[in-house]
Amino acid sequence: MTSIAHRKRRRATGRLPVVLVLPAVLGLAFLLVPLVGLLVRAPWGTLPSRLFSASVGEALRLSLLCASLATVLCLVLGVPLAWLLARGDVPGRGVLRALVTVPLVLPPVVGGVALLFVLGRRGLVGQYLDAWFGVSLPFTTAGVVLAEAFVAMPFLVISVEGALRAADPRYEEAAATLGASRWLAFRRVTLPSILPGVVAGTVLCWARALGEFGATITFAGNFPGETTTMPLAVYLALETDPDAAIVLSVVLLLVSVGVLAALRDRWISGPS
Amino acid sequence: MTLHADLRVARGVFRLDAELVVEPGEVVAVLGPNGAGKSTALRALAGLLPLTGGHIRLGDEVWDAPPDAFRPAERRPIGVVFQDYLLFAHLSALENVAFGLRARGVPRAVAREEAARWLDRVGLAAHARAKPRTLSGGQAQRVALARALATEPELLLLDEPLAALDAATRLHVRAELGRHLRDYPGHTLLVTHDPLDAMVLADRLVVLEHGEVVQQGTPTEVARRPRTDYVADLVGLNLYRGTARGTSVALDGGGEFTVAAPATGPVHVVFPPTAVSLHPDRPTGSPRNAWRVTVAGIEQHAHTTRVRLDGVPPVLADITTATVADLRLQPGAGLWAAVKATEVHAYPS
Amino acid sequence: MRAWALAALLVVAGCGAAESGGAADTTGDGRVTVFAAASLTEVFTRLGEDFEAAHPGVEVVFNFGGSSALAQQIGQGAPADVFASASPATMAQVVDAGGTAAEPVAFARNRLEIAVPAGNPAGITGLADFADADAKIALCAGQVPCGAAAKRAFDAAGVTPRPDTLEQDVKAVLTKVRLGEVDAALVYRTDVRSAGGEVEGIGFPEADLAVNDYPIAPLAKAGNAAGARAFVEYVRSDRGQAVLAEAGFEAP
Repeated sequence: MTSIAHRKRRRATGRLPVVLVLPAVLGLAFLLVPLVGLLVRAPWGTLPSRLFSASVGEALRLSLLCASLATVLCLVLGVPLAWLLARGDVPGRGVLRALVTVPLVLPPVVGGVALLFVLGRRGLVGQYLDAWFGVSLPFTTAGVVLAEAFVAMPFLVISVEGALRAADPRYEEAAATLGASRWLAFRRVTLPSILPGVVAGTVLCWARALGEFGATITFAGNFPGETTTMPLAVYLALETDPDAAIVLSVVLLLVSVGVLAALRDRWISGPS
Repeated sequence: MTLHADLRVARGVFRLDAELVVEPGEVVAVLGPNGAGKSTALRALAGLLPLTGGHIRLGDEVWDAPPDAFRPAERRPIGVVFQDYLLFAHLSALENVAFGLRARGVPRAVAREEAARWLDRVGLAAHARAKPRTLSGGQAQRVALARALATEPELLLLDEPLAALDAATRLHVRAELGRHLRDYPGHTLLVTHDPLDAMVLADRLVVLEHGEVVQQGTPTEVARRPRTDYVADLVGLNLYRGTARGTSVALDGGGEFTVAAPATGPVHVVFPPTAVSLHPDRPTGSPRNAWRVTVAGIEQHAHTTRVRLDGVPPVLADITTATVADLRLQPGAGLWAAVKATEVHAYPS
Repeated sequence: MRAWALAALLVVAGCGAAESGGAADTTGDGRVTVFAAASLTEVFTRLGEDFEAAHPGVEVVFNFGGSSALAQQIGQGAPADVFASASPATMAQVVDAGGTAAEPVAFARNRLEIAVPAGNPAGITGLADFADADAKIALCAGQVPCGAAAKRAFDAAGVTPRPDTLEQDVKAVLTKVRLGEVDAALVYRTDVRSAGGEVEGIGFPEADLAVNDYPIAPLAKAGNAAGARAFVEYVRSDRGQAVLAEAGFEAP
């Protein structure tokens, strides 16, 4: 009797279904093996000297700065947008929701050209920015931030909107009955309750911005110290010096994995 | 200041058309089956749902009068206890109670002090820093009540305040809620589908069916003269206040009951009309509670006959049609009513 | 059975080799895969159509891209039959790796030209204007052939350019000019011509010092060696040269 019970319990807790584990392991390998390839091919001997070269530092600093600024921009604009999509009483919400994801399906280079059409020197809006304020966004660091934000914002909006839609709107009603305006209710009740979703979206958004290439090089161009972010540096290095490209990629990889892991510990698995 | 509400809401095929008047200090229970419009009425009063017709006025203040006036929830002096409390999970019990005061611009320190006082009043001073998910159902309900009352609202709205509690907790919380409602000087509207909650807590019952008021009055009135089968089934309860000493309860209006479970102090005594048997002579044997009554009225319902009986105390009895014939029941006839002690429940009040 | 099959295979292979050695327009059947520099996009597309018309049953498939990227893809074993590069240096990478089946030959020469948006709004006249900090300037990055050529031109002219952007290929530079985002850029003459009326070209004397030879070679791992040789020969034929000249290329 006892042995049967024992065996039963072992089985109940022990075995993971093979139909899930096998594809899971394959999926993990599929994602990780290319990274391993990168690490194996990395010229470890010359790595330190390449790593501390001025151009790598400059590109890395610019990448981190631009990705972070782009993420802030996405948060400032994207969270309210997600709220509007999830809670707002706007007509054609389904269409709006689909349009928000356009930068996801648009090839980033096309996104960059589209930004030029709007914000370029002769763009719909850009011509007035140039004529009235003397502001020209292409080929500037601000342009990099805009291009990255354009491509990365859907990640934030989608994830925050999902969190908002999963959150019970009656908590906002409860806040209203306690005298809270919609803004206060959003700030003090809704936002804290969807914080994990916001953090997850922010992380995705930042990571996407960090790796952004196509829209950036198209809209903001490429000039060292000004608009040459790590992905651009990697691409151009591939033209002549594949080893340098690998080094740059490894640096980008390590920095992003480090930041994401730190955030994850702090926020995503932290509070619960 | 009296709360006058002529609640008219049309949504699809559903229509609510109910008039409610609540005096200061009065507790009105809106009772009705699911889908009767209870929640709609509560949401309209709270300002979470605009009326499509009618009005809501508190004294001279117009809260809602379509199409001109609408005052949203955050600008109405209300407190709401929701069915599942909706405590803010990321805030402590204290911060939850202080929320309304903070939202109304009370400085943080003052709000926290006031909130602490309220938590103390509901007996949760020790749990001020607890997060809602660590509280028991009864504790959460008390925090929700404290949160609703902390802003000293003119109108307190309770949406099925006891529905989420298990039976044992319910007894205590109901009694405690009753005490707080008696102390509360504002207007109280309680929405429930539980007749016992309504009858124990409310001064007046309003019964809603299909969006309309089918009957209103004091719990005793409604219980003794139910106008529809639904009301009869719903509020067909014999309910008395009294003082318990062991298994004996002396009723406030005269008379005495023996109950199975001993209790002390003020109690409600409850038993259903089906527990009452009628006899031509004083019954012998097991019933511990027997007293003289005279027939005041007879109503025929779907499957049973409900007999209203005067006596000390007056009582309702549901009997079969055959028994009516056997006893030759007619108004004015003298009888003995009997109830087994095991059928009589005493709840602390 | 197996011996029979082997013998048949040898006969077929032998015939193929003999035939291709004999007549230039015999290509074997199937497809020819050509990896070509981005600046050859328009002209090679047209040459491919002509080649297909002249050799029924043959399909030419192109992979246009930055020469360096293409050289790397070939190095990693991409299935290419022919490589046409925009610079001898990138071709040399493939040759050094033993990737070519024959000595590369120059088939065209391209010349840099100043490209300005239609109407030349900034009034650019020569290379000296590229040193103007106020003018928006786009150049190819130094790592790609058009960037290296530009550097030679500037060195020859003694001008230190002040570019606002260093683009990853010449077509990206051209796009910036087309959209009017920059006032001037250095691109190939063929690019100016391909852009039609949207872009104006301005010649400059130092361009003679910054000409670019385009080498072409059949590849060692070609799946269609006969086709590869035939395509290379077609590009070098009078007919091929005429099409190239029309697009603005010079003879090497």
